[in-house]
Amino acid sequence: MAPAQNPVLPFDDALKSCGLFPLTAEGVSILQVNLGRRCNQSCEHCHVDAGPGRREMMSDGVMEKVLSLLARENFSALDLTGGAPELHPRFRELVSRAVSMGRSVFDRCNLTVLFEPGMEDLPAFFVRHRVAVYASLPYYRREETDAVRGRGTFDKSVRALELLNAHGYGMEGTGLELHLVHNPAGAFFPAPQAALEAQFKVELEKKHRVFFNRLFTITNMPIARFDSFLQKSGNREAYLTRLAGAFNPAAAKGVMCRNMISVSWDGHLYDCDFNQMAGLKVNHGAPDRLDDWSRKLLERREIMTAIHCYGCTAGSGSSCGGETAP
Amino acid sequence: MDTYYNPDDLGKFGDMGKESPELWNAFMKYYAKVFEAGALSEREKALIALAVAHAVQCPYCIDAYTRASLEKGSNREQMTEAIHVAVALRGGASLVHGVQMRNTAEKISF
Repeated sequence: MAPAQNPVLPFDDALKSCGLFPLTAEGVSILQVNLGRRCNQSCEHCHVDAGPGRREMMSDGVMEKVLSLLARENFSALDLTGGAPELHPRFRELVSRAVSMGRSVFDRCNLTVLFEPGMEDLPAFFVRHRVAVYASLPYYRREETDAVRGRGTFDKSVRALELLNAHGYGMEGTGLELHLVHNPAGAFFPAPQAALEAQFKVELEKKHRVFFNRLFTITNMPIARFDSFLQKSGNREAYLTRLAGAFNPAAAKGVMCRNMISVSWDGHLYDCDFNQMAGLKVNHGAPDRLDDWSRKLLERREIMTAIHCYGCTAGSGSSCGGETAP
Repeated sequence: MDTYYNPDDLGKFGDMGKESPELWNAFMKYYAKVFEAGALSEREKALIALAVAHAVQCPYCIDAYTRASLEKGSNREQMTEAIHVAVALRGGASLVHGVQMRNTAEKISF
């Protein structure tokens, strides 16, 4: 499909309108690592175009560089994503070694991966390493969840939540964090996070007796598979126009790229996972490879922006940690 | 004019403020206040609006409050039930006027 024209002003113009241009980092406290594009699912909203057929996975060489970086640099958290990061053969080793270095680890889990061959011990492994699980669950009903993530996903996800609850995840007093991540089932914005979290809690407890800690809402990004959906369904212009129209300077101030770095499976550096998929490496004089890591240059770097950045700044904002300007 | 209802016209709603800005501004201030969370949540109010949109058969409102209901966290099952409330009221309102038919018929009949 030919690249679509963008019907809205460049994102930098929106930043200029509120005095935030150029957008700069304020530190590098979170190291987000994308271990590869292989996934056991092929979700409609996926900005990574991940799926079972993808072969891009982090090599041993790049893995060693990540471990070396973790050993010598201080990060508040290691945030693991993919694809399904758990499918990487060295996932457990990376988690164990990061935890032994005193790093907190977040795992962005699609839930159904827990039932893949060889994953039987994953919940117990998570418990041993106190991994915080950020689990994708678009909605508390089968219809919406399966529409986004494929038929049968909701039932499997509920079983995975039951399993995690049985291991103490999401249960009061255990300190084992189980957070759900919601994204809308189409070309519309997420509901307000706090209100939706309350609905999820009531419905999931009432109908399925499953529990979680927090719900984070994420806006669907006009990138990769979701962008194709927008184009095919004739929603792209209206969606981008609404995203741009909902630009919120407070959300722009709090975007996640200002305090994180995203490492790709092949060892390049990006401002975020979305820029990774858009092929926008760190720039403006900051190094774009793990080999050339420089905290000094990266923690005050100018962020690379594009039209999809409106996805993080619309309304109450959106990030891997949910709303940024509730 | 090809059609009485054009989706792009919803974007021109603000033009209604051109001749009577004072009334328009007062209406919009009231309108915004009505949809703020109060004793009812924003989600519940959007569902009521969706039902009313069907009762008054306003395509602009159906478009706007379908999206608003989804963006407040409602699902199609809840939205469909809300529309049935409108349908029931419209049907019931017609049916209850049958009593007037009966009254009139009785009055003019042996």
